[in-house]
Amino acid sequence: MNIGIIVFPGSNCDRDVRWATEGCLGIPTSFLWHETTDLNGFDAIVIPGGFSYGDYLRCGAIARFAPVLNSLISFVDNGGRVLGICNGFQILTELGLLQGALTRNKNLHFICDRANLSIESTKSSWMKNYNKYDSISLPIAHGEGRYQCSPDVLKKLQDDDSVALRYSDNPNGSIHDIAGITNKKGNVLGMMPHPERACDDALGNIDGKSILSTLLF
Amino acid sequence: MSLFKARVFVHLRPSVLDPAGEATRSATKRLGIEGVTQLRIGKSIEIEIDALNKEEARSKIQLMSDRLLANPVIEDWTLEFKDDQKALAI
Repeated sequence: MNIGIIVFPGSNCDRDVRWATEGCLGIPTSFLWHETTDLNGFDAIVIPGGFSYGDYLRCGAIARFAPVLNSLISFVDNGGRVLGICNGFQILTELGLLQGALTRNKNLHFICDRANLSIESTKSSWMKNYNKYDSISLPIAHGEGRYQCSPDVLKKLQDDDSVALRYSDNPNGSIHDIAGITNKKGNVLGMMPHPERACDDALGNIDGKSILSTLLF
Repeated sequence: MSLFKARVFVHLRPSVLDPAGEATRSATKRLGIEGVTQLRIGKSIEIEIDALNKEEARSKIQLMSDRLLANPVIEDWTLEFKDDQKALAI
């Protein structure tokens, strides 16, 4: 069982994710340079946080044309599990694997904080270690985390039970307090909070561990 | 082949909040200018493109605007050609 972490020029949470999955959870993990197209042998893929391609144009706008992401679409179609964290979430929306878009925080600040979150759906196995409406706390660090979508898409997300996480105290103006969503099938999760930064006892918070441990479901 | 010059304006859709525009609007008051009721910020992208004719240039720019320059979930775009296009020998 193996996890791959996609590394773009400008990714900066790649090593944090590896520390969490390999160092804290003991799951074999490799880095995948964005130019690779071979995802064979991986059970799950993580798109980490950072500033891929400097976030030029829009967050994730350039990254989504990376060769590895073509392969990722087939990987997802075949049921592979993909977790996009922060910039990874932005890339997944630009790529169209997740609906909506992430826009500039309402208060214009880059927010680096801890956010209290509510588990809003246990439909997908990502949240299988939790019960609905359980409360967890995870670090957030983003300037463009305000989730936006059309009323039709919002209704669809709710009908499909695809809203995975909500902020208890909305920090960025996201529509309906949305902090994380899944695709309809449930094998792709995008979230702005950073579970990898909450896996090590030394950091005083291990709420992210149960989410990352479900990469290998 | 001719070289065409064009400009694509990318702007947030009217329904999408533009906090940077709002902050800038409030700064106009501090500058002493009253009466600015709306200020929204977009991007202007200047393009030079080789194409057989204007229609081909237009269709290439439309494709890149839809797929790359703008995110249709949150943004609209408009295209204008500059008149001073110059024909180049191949």
